[in-house]
Amino acid sequence: MVTWSNFLSQLFNGLALGALLALISSGLTIIYGTLGVLNLAHGAMFMLGGYAGYVAYERSGSFVVAVIAGTLFLLVVGVLMERVIIRRFYKRPPEDQLLVTFGLSICFVELVRYFFSSLSKTVPAPAVFSGITNLGFMFYPTYRLAVVGIVALALVVLFLVLYKTRLGLIVRAGIEDSVMVDSLGINVDRVFMLVFGIGAMAAGFAGIVNAPVVSLAPDMGEAILVQTFVVVVIGGVGSFPGAVLGGLIAGEIISITSMFNPGYAYVMLFAAMTLVLMVRPHGLLGVRGRE
Amino acid sequence: MNADRLGNTQRPLLVEGLTAAALIVAPLVLPYFGAAPDTVNRILVWGMLGIGFDILFGYTGLLSFGQSALYGTGGMVAAYLLTQAGFPHVVTALLIGMVVAAVVGYLVGLIALRRTGIYFAMITVAIAEVFFFIEFNPLAHWTGGENGLPGVPAPTLHLGFTTLKFNAGWTLYPFLAFFYFVGIVIALRIVRSPVGAIFRAIRENPLRAAAVGHSVHAYKLCAFVVAAAYAGLAGGLLGVMQGFMPPDAFMFDTSGQLVMQTAIGGIGTLFGPLLGASVWLFLQDFLQDTLKLGATWKLVLGVIFVLLVFFLRHGLIGGIRDLHALATGKKRAPAEPKEEPAASGETAEEAQRAALASAGPAVYATLASHRAARSFSGPILQTTGLSKHYGGIAANVDIEFSVNPGEVRGIIGPNGAGKTTFFKMLTCEVPPSSGTITFEGRDITGMSVTDVCQLGLTKSYQVNQLFNRLTVRENLTIAALAELRGKFRLDMLRSLWKIPGLRDQVEHTLELVNLTQRPDTAVSELAYGEKRRLEVGLALASSPSLLLLDEPLAGMSPRERVETVKLLKSISRGRTMIIIDHDMASLFELAERVTVLQEGRVLVEGTPDEIKSNAQVQEAYLGGVQEAA
Repeated sequence: MVTWSNFLSQLFNGLALGALLALISSGLTIIYGTLGVLNLAHGAMFMLGGYAGYVAYERSGSFVVAVIAGTLFLLVVGVLMERVIIRRFYKRPPEDQLLVTFGLSICFVELVRYFFSSLSKTVPAPAVFSGITNLGFMFYPTYRLAVVGIVALALVVLFLVLYKTRLGLIVRAGIEDSVMVDSLGINVDRVFMLVFGIGAMAAGFAGIVNAPVVSLAPDMGEAILVQTFVVVVIGGVGSFPGAVLGGLIAGEIISITSMFNPGYAYVMLFAAMTLVLMVRPHGLLGVRGRE
Repeated sequence: MNADRLGNTQRPLLVEGLTAAALIVAPLVLPYFGAAPDTVNRILVWGMLGIGFDILFGYTGLLSFGQSALYGTGGMVAAYLLTQAGFPHVVTALLIGMVVAAVVGYLVGLIALRRTGIYFAMITVAIAEVFFFIEFNPLAHWTGGENGLPGVPAPTLHLGFTTLKFNAGWTLYPFLAFFYFVGIVIALRIVRSPVGAIFRAIRENPLRAAAVGHSVHAYKLCAFVVAAAYAGLAGGLLGVMQGFMPPDAFMFDTSGQLVMQTAIGGIGTLFGPLLGASVWLFLQDFLQDTLKLGATWKLVLGVIFVLLVFFLRHGLIGGIRDLHALATGKKRAPAEPKEEPAASGETAEEAQRAALASAGPAVYATLASHRAARSFSGPILQTTGLSKHYGGIAANVDIEFSVNPGEVRGIIGPNGAGKTTFFKMLTCEVPPSSGTITFEGRDITGMSVTDVCQLGLTKSYQVNQLFNRLTVRENLTIAALAELRGKFRLDMLRSLWKIPGLRDQVEHTLELVNLTQRPDTAVSELAYGEKRRLEVGLALASSPSLLLLDEPLAGMSPRERVETVKLLKSISRGRTMIIIDHDMASLFELAERVTVLQEGRVLVEGTPDEIKSNAQVQEAYLGGVQEAA
């Protein structure tokens, strides 16, 4: 039964999911745009962020600590992964990059399963944001409202880093023409490492922020990875604004379809992706030649 | 398996024979090693799924994570027919499942192949996930949703006097082995067919495959459909094997496991997936049951897989091949510099002259005559008002240009004069902003590179665009095929060398570009000068009536230049050519007329002597680079 308030709350759910997808996809898309590597372990990184936060929360009892721990842990994971493994794959064919990141995602998932079992874990929402807020026209879980705000804030920070800092300038230049950036004497090695770290961090942050909304399971990253891919295809590879727009579109499609029949959520998402591929093959905000 | 890649083998059917023998011996031998029949059957089903995937990934270079969707589709259709629709005949149901999967594969391929590379991989991941949800929810009424379809009957075979029933275990094995064998035989034919050769060319260099005149998109779609058919049949066999069609065939994990098994076994080998599945299932049993690792087995396999991708690029079969080569000392003889131009100038020149003499007029007759029937009068190529703007930058402005049949035209101009852009417009690699191009009296403006090449206009590139992991002969074969077969043809089961005229055309081109001594060398092992000659050869092998050469002498040593000029002269007989180069002396020697471009416009046009003495040209161009002349 579709009621007006039901519809509004789904619209909000879509916004929350969309913002989350936007953040994760931004991480994926800047890594791909700068390094030319499609990270199939990105979904697993989202999951790792959640679990790292869970561990920190169990130890400290503080949600803020959990968020910081989850985010920093993924920064470290990302930097290490780039240093030790990804770096050796820049010159290998893209298929090898896909294979190795796919293999790593399996390792991450199974490692978590080994330590935490397949049973789901939960992180409670912080006390400040617990309960339900009366928005006047409907009641909505406070933490979900907060998620929209927190993630929007993170997106703004990412935007500032990309568009207002020297590093961001190099990253954006690298997305347009990495050979040129290389020949300008910029230390690409360090930039690549940082970009991978930041991309991973975005996924990790999303993972822990989202942890109170869903429960944690080792294979939760898979669904997110698929949704992220659709977002990137819709928005356009290598485009930060595209990731944000694509994320919001995908979030709303999933939520609104779920209101009628959850089983069709993916079908509609896929239909939207197909439509974009037909009409604008390079994505809504994508630029030709970035793949 | 490597030597007969193009079906040019002395021992035909060797692989087929060995496969049959191995499949027959397996049930007699494997039980002694403790192999359970169910595991062996499972390996065969994975191997079947893998044959199609290997054609798609290993041969055509398309890494798809969407095979689970087609595996599940074929399996569900067959199982539905057998359990719900009361269809009596197992084999027919399997074949219907296969056909449905192929049709679905065609539709899915239309979407996924709209994009290449990373996009393709992402779209296939999405496809896998979508099919899983479709099976689970909207179609649950037919597929049984999360319960799957139980009660798939065992196949039976009525022989009149007796009835064979393939129940389970070793009694089912012959049924699966038969399908696997047929699958392998067909796959071997496909990879040895012209289509198989073009698949490999697409894997190596899709851009050049299109430029020599193959419809790359159509062939990719073809590989996708073939893979879908194999997946559909394998899905059906899965249902038959288990007596139950599980919904988890649709899961993304299935695709993932297939990708990993194929990479473990070795891609581009057809048997890699079977070997990979054997290793995978054996390790799974070993780690789970013998070592009591429980669920951790997948972690161990994940780590093994990552290490394998790291260190053993071509999987186990590749590793075995390398070991074998190392042991027998047959490590491909390190590029014998048989005709190093610098070392033995005299003999090389003589050999070349001899080659040219022997090839002589006959070559030109076969190569350049096939399109002579077309009737047109006037210039072979003409452009009117041809312009190209990139944003605010005008690369070419209002170029009026015409070349007569049989002419050799040179184009010179300082860097940035718009020469390469002009060539790209002529071959339809980039569309002009305005103006028209007429080739042999036909307006070709806005056509595709592939179509233009099919009409007889092609180009050799400024930067080599070769099929790097293929041999010299294979490279030329790819180009010749485009001319002999047209841009798309589905002769998937035909032997490559049965195409009339192919062998001759390849041999003649080899002679023409003086590479007869190294036909079976991989491109990656050629010297630079040889690669340049092969680059010209690729354009020549498609027998163009108009050949464009973009800086054919670039990067060559003085001696190589002299030889290449000689080569180009010999090619130019009976052919129309347009040549861009910075080497004035060579160009003036080759060309009958020269067009000078400057800042995107035609500055002047005339005979080499007129150009040399033209004051405008001297001022604008020659003044700065006198040493080149």
